[in-house]
Amino acid sequence: MALLEVRDLHVFYGNIEALKGISLDAEPGQIMAILGGNGAGKTTTLRTISGLLRPRSGTVTFAGRSIVGLEAHVIVGMGLSQVPEGRRIFNVLTVEENLNLGGYIIRSSRELVRTRKASVFKLFPRLAERRAQLAGTLSGGEQQMLAIGRALMSEPKVLMLDEPSLGLSPILSRSVLKTVREVANRGTAVLLVEQNARQALAIADRACVIETGSVVLQGDAATLAKDERVQKAYLGGFEAVASG
Amino acid sequence: MHAFLEYTVTGLTVGSFYALVALGYTIVYGIIRLINFAQGDLSMVGAFLGWTLLVSLGFEHLPIYLAVVAAFVIPMLGTAVINLGILQFAYKPLLRRSLLAILITALGMSLLLQNTVLLVYGPSINAYPPNLLPTTGFYLGPVHVTYVQTALVAVSLLLMGGLVLFVQGTTIGTAMRALAQDHDAARLMGINVDAIIRVAFVLGAMLAAASGVMLGIYYIQIQFTFGFLLGLRAFTAAVLGGIGNIPGAMAGGFLIGLLEAYTTGYVSGKWEDVIVFAVLIGVLVVKPTGLFGERVAERM
Ligand SMILES: Nc1ncnc2c1ncn2[C@@H]1O[C@H](COP(=O)(O)OP(=O)(O)OP(=O)(O)O)[C@@H](O)[C@H]1O
Ligand SMILES: [Mg+2]
Repeated sequence: MALLEVRDLHVFYGNIEALKGISLDAEPGQIMAILGGNGAGKTTTLRTISGLLRPRSGTVTFAGRSIVGLEAHVIVGMGLSQVPEGRRIFNVLTVEENLNLGGYIIRSSRELVRTRKASVFKLFPRLAERRAQLAGTLSGGEQQMLAIGRALMSEPKVLMLDEPSLGLSPILSRSVLKTVREVANRGTAVLLVEQNARQALAIADRACVIETGSVVLQGDAATLAKDERVQKAYLGGFEAVASG
Repeated sequence: MHAFLEYTVTGLTVGSFYALVALGYTIVYGIIRLINFAQGDLSMVGAFLGWTLLVSLGFEHLPIYLAVVAAFVIPMLGTAVINLGILQFAYKPLLRRSLLAILITALGMSLLLQNTVLLVYGPSINAYPPNLLPTTGFYLGPVHVTYVQTALVAVSLLLMGGLVLFVQGTTIGTAMRALAQDHDAARLMGINVDAIIRVAFVLGAMLAAASGVMLGIYYIQIQFTFGFLLGLRAFTAAVLGGIGNIPGAMAGGFLIGLLEAYTTGYVSGKWEDVIVFAVLIGVLVVKPTGLFGERVAERM
């Protein structure tokens, strides 16, 4: 049994069925890449796991326990953390305050918050230099570091990242994905949503491809990288458009 | 010049009450974009609870410090419970509905509080003990300042300072500021958004109740209707400072207090409200973000 099991998830926005039976797993120490074109349902999947959306049917099981219907903050407290699409850092707060909120669930232990912050600063020294700066004034790359650092403050057992390399230079996005790999190597289960399929498959252990709300391919990252359909749709350079 | 300074002292005293009520508007608005029109009436309820303790239950005969502390703390707690009830039963079911529905409900809550107090205490004017605090004063240069004024402004500033420390210095306060920007992102931090909204309602009610008790001590006479105008003035103060902006609400409160005192002094007491509401309309038309407002998300 996997640490996180998503089974046959159906999610609606009004009458529109955005997820038509998504199933996937996340295992400790492994990265599961979730690929797919615009509007495929990747963000919807992560938001549903995090409890921001309620599925109409289907199950999400974490460590053997159903988490469907729990409030989002309770799910974070259980150890599932998300770096949302578009970073969503708190612009009006300082870098350090953003990290403090990342450690909201451990706020009763100042000591723990301090040591976690220190390890985030070790991972992203740039954030340490800017700890007193308003987060809204950080560069795009620094904001992404902050968004990831903030999610790591709770030391999640499952870390979900929604397009962490969006808007970053190729060098910076490689470095961000390298960090994600390091986090996984420490034993965290990672769900990584990426448009950048090539880079994602390079660091992932397994991957799935979502198209219009359904998983159309799933398997070893290395196998998928060689798959003809994946190559055509997601690794084909400039014509790489999802057939949707 | 002498008159001007006298008016200034009065304006700052009254302004500190407005500032407290305005803070309640601003904290709640900052988090859920709701104008809690019951804010002024919560202050009125606080004043009546304070009166009940001091006069009906005879706390005025207790040692002065004990009497004053009890007359503040108990109404603050009682009003906080009432505001939580309003949140839970009136606003919460509507939070995801239209703004208009919530606005009308808020006005309804204001009427509900007024009529409940009317029912319980009757329509007559109730009087706070006139000699609760020493009625004498001292001269600050040429201006006479009473000890009551000094004490009330000091308590107001203390409460405001406490609020700022809470909002700026604690993790819960940081969560409040984060909520002003992005509820879903806050949820993803593990923040119980409903609990933080409750904190905002408790703080708003406690500040309102404190101002109500101070108004009772200052003006002596209280009536169930006073919350309405107080609420409108404080709302004007909050809008003037940029609603959602905590320092703005404080500054707005003092500005409205001064404006009122100068109008009463130089023109006539009859014109107070006209001038205050002209300011409200003027701000809304010319600079709806208020004196210190930027984008809504950037405030608090
Ligand atoms: N709040 C919403 N209301 C209505 N429809 C929505 C909403 N959010 C998403 N959708 C629809 O649900 C589908 C899946 O959207 P989702 O955001 O999950 O896609 P995605 O795979 O994350 O896409 P992208 O790569 O562009 O971020 C899309 O068709 C989208 O239009
Ligand atoms: Mg998306």
